[in-house]
Amino acid sequence: MTEKKKSQLSILFSVIALIGIAIVLFCVNRFTPPTFMLRTVLQLGAIYALVAVSMNLLNGFTGLFSLGQAGFMAVGAYTFAIFTIPVSSRPGVYYLYGVADWLKNIHLPILAGLLAAGLVAAVLAALIGAPVLRLKSDYFAIATLGFAEIVRIIVGSTPMNRVTNGSLGLKMIPKFPNFYFPFLISGICILIIALLLRSSYGRAFKAIREDEIAAEAMGINLAKHKQMSFIISSFFAGIGGALMGMFLGAITSTTFNITLTYNILLIVVIGGMGSMTGSIISAFLVIAAREWWLRFLDQSTYIGSFHVPLLKTGFRMVVFSIILMIVVLFFRKGIMGMKEFNWNFILNRLDKKDPAASAGGEGNE
Amino acid sequence: MTSTAFLQYCLTGISIGGIYALIAIGYTMVYGILRLINFAHGDIFMMAAYFMIFAMVDFALPWYVSIILVLTATVVLGVVIEKVAYKPLRSAPRMSIMISAIGVSYLLQNLATYLFSALPKGYPTIAFLTKTIRIGTLSTSVVTFITPILTLAFVFILIQLINHTKMGMAMRAVSKDFETSQLMGIKINRVISFTFVIGCFLAAVGSILYFTPRPSVYPLAGSLPGLKCFIAAVFGGIGSIPGAVLGGFLIGLSETFIKAAGYSEFSDVFTFILLIVVLLFKPTGLFGEKITEKV
Repeated sequence: MTEKKKSQLSILFSVIALIGIAIVLFCVNRFTPPTFMLRTVLQLGAIYALVAVSMNLLNGFTGLFSLGQAGFMAVGAYTFAIFTIPVSSRPGVYYLYGVADWLKNIHLPILAGLLAAGLVAAVLAALIGAPVLRLKSDYFAIATLGFAEIVRIIVGSTPMNRVTNGSLGLKMIPKFPNFYFPFLISGICILIIALLLRSSYGRAFKAIREDEIAAEAMGINLAKHKQMSFIISSFFAGIGGALMGMFLGAITSTTFNITLTYNILLIVVIGGMGSMTGSIISAFLVIAAREWWLRFLDQSTYIGSFHVPLLKTGFRMVVFSIILMIVVLFFRKGIMGMKEFNWNFILNRLDKKDPAASAGGEGNE
Repeated sequence: MTSTAFLQYCLTGISIGGIYALIAIGYTMVYGILRLINFAHGDIFMMAAYFMIFAMVDFALPWYVSIILVLTATVVLGVVIEKVAYKPLRSAPRMSIMISAIGVSYLLQNLATYLFSALPKGYPTIAFLTKTIRIGTLSTSVVTFITPILTLAFVFILIQLINHTKMGMAMRAVSKDFETSQLMGIKINRVISFTFVIGCFLAAVGSILYFTPRPSVYPLAGSLPGLKCFIAAVFGGIGSIPGAVLGGFLIGLSETFIKAAGYSEFSDVFTFILLIVVLLFKPTGLFGEKITEKV
């Protein structure tokens, strides 16, 4: 099999897979009751996949260990909520403090709201990026973590009452207009990130990750590329935050605490730092396990008259943290390592069936 | 602000600063030797508080036995964490070991939620520590008063230990150059364990002093103080013990005065802004050594 044929087949498989996913989503939407767990898991999984990929862009591809993701998500979610909560329901939301005057009559449609969420997060990233990106590895991590906490505290503080509703948080955030919405938005965003990573910018990011000094010597403008990676990652984190707001319908500043960042980091690490498809797969796996498959760990259970030990509220998260530790200690590469998903495992098998072609194929590799 | 109120706030600030200093020492020593931000340190501090509840409330032990138990249990916890989660990653990239530290922190928080529930639990009162005493016009509890004294005493002992014992010399050598000191026959693992013993011991002392005047403990109670103490360590120059102590006192004092001025919501914001400003203008902190990266 020639390289050309291989790549054609890969595209074919990808198209088939996409159609397959579309059909699955259609069936789920059509044939499952609205409260079915699978629907929630898939939607939340799509949101987490986007956020995890955006974190991976920074942590896995550019080698900048950021812990500020929840902060940018908070910015996105709040921006989105402030501008899209219907004007008519605002008095109900801001019942205690009232709405700020400038905000009273501004209302954005959902898509514009998402874009605004991303842009505000990106602008904020640009502002703090210039100073913070000068810091080295762990200092950068702590500074971004500190930044996320600052955002969270300011958003929930009393002077912001008339804008963010202070510690009461915002509710009545528009829900997804239809079942497919989060998949579509996440899909488009992830596609943009994937295209970016395939471009020369993406290669520059990876060069910075491998060796900053060598990359600089090769003529890569470190400051510019780090800044870019940080801004783009924050932009998509902002959109992810907005989607999260839509999914939850109500947000407070505590929704976006450090634990959220840790949860996303867990997904990125399990998927493999530096693998987008890894992050996506692991997002769905982790969310499905956490919200659905492992739910039973939180309920005390009897088998016959036998009381199963250990099972009670909170055990699920303990199991989760142990899984994370096992991955960190023994499977440091995660599910995908730094590789991306590809169809080679099928293509190679097809090759083997045809020994003559296989000999030619190996020559090409 | 009257002068009495001012002195009262000073005392409160110095007291909380002393606790921050004790915890910051743990961060700074581990960072000095392993170049690792021990994200789990704040949670070790939280676990120490639960050990105390366990000992005094659940087993109804007298306070002096409880304190010894808490100190031992916390030290054991710290050393076990080091052996299980950090030691296998000694030759791994720094990012992995940092993720491992975050993982441990996540595990401890979830474990505490599981074992003790997410609801706040009352912290036992140690009678003689919560007694109110009067010094001139000031009235304060014993614990507020003895905290800075204890802190300074421990720091003094620690500095003597580091400057005048063989183990202290080994620790200084390891923090200067990990590999060379290994070649010189220093048993690295012993030194690292010893560092964790000291760090966790001080965190446990800090925990008892911190939670005694506070009503309750909850599983996330350690994460914010932990971060603040890390900031204290960065402020003083990471790797430097006097720096960490100074940073601790400074953050404790400024926090108390911001709260006194009526901006209690923003006291943590101030601390984090302080961190970012310090990192930008003097990344090595007040007493830190400058490290140049070699190609």
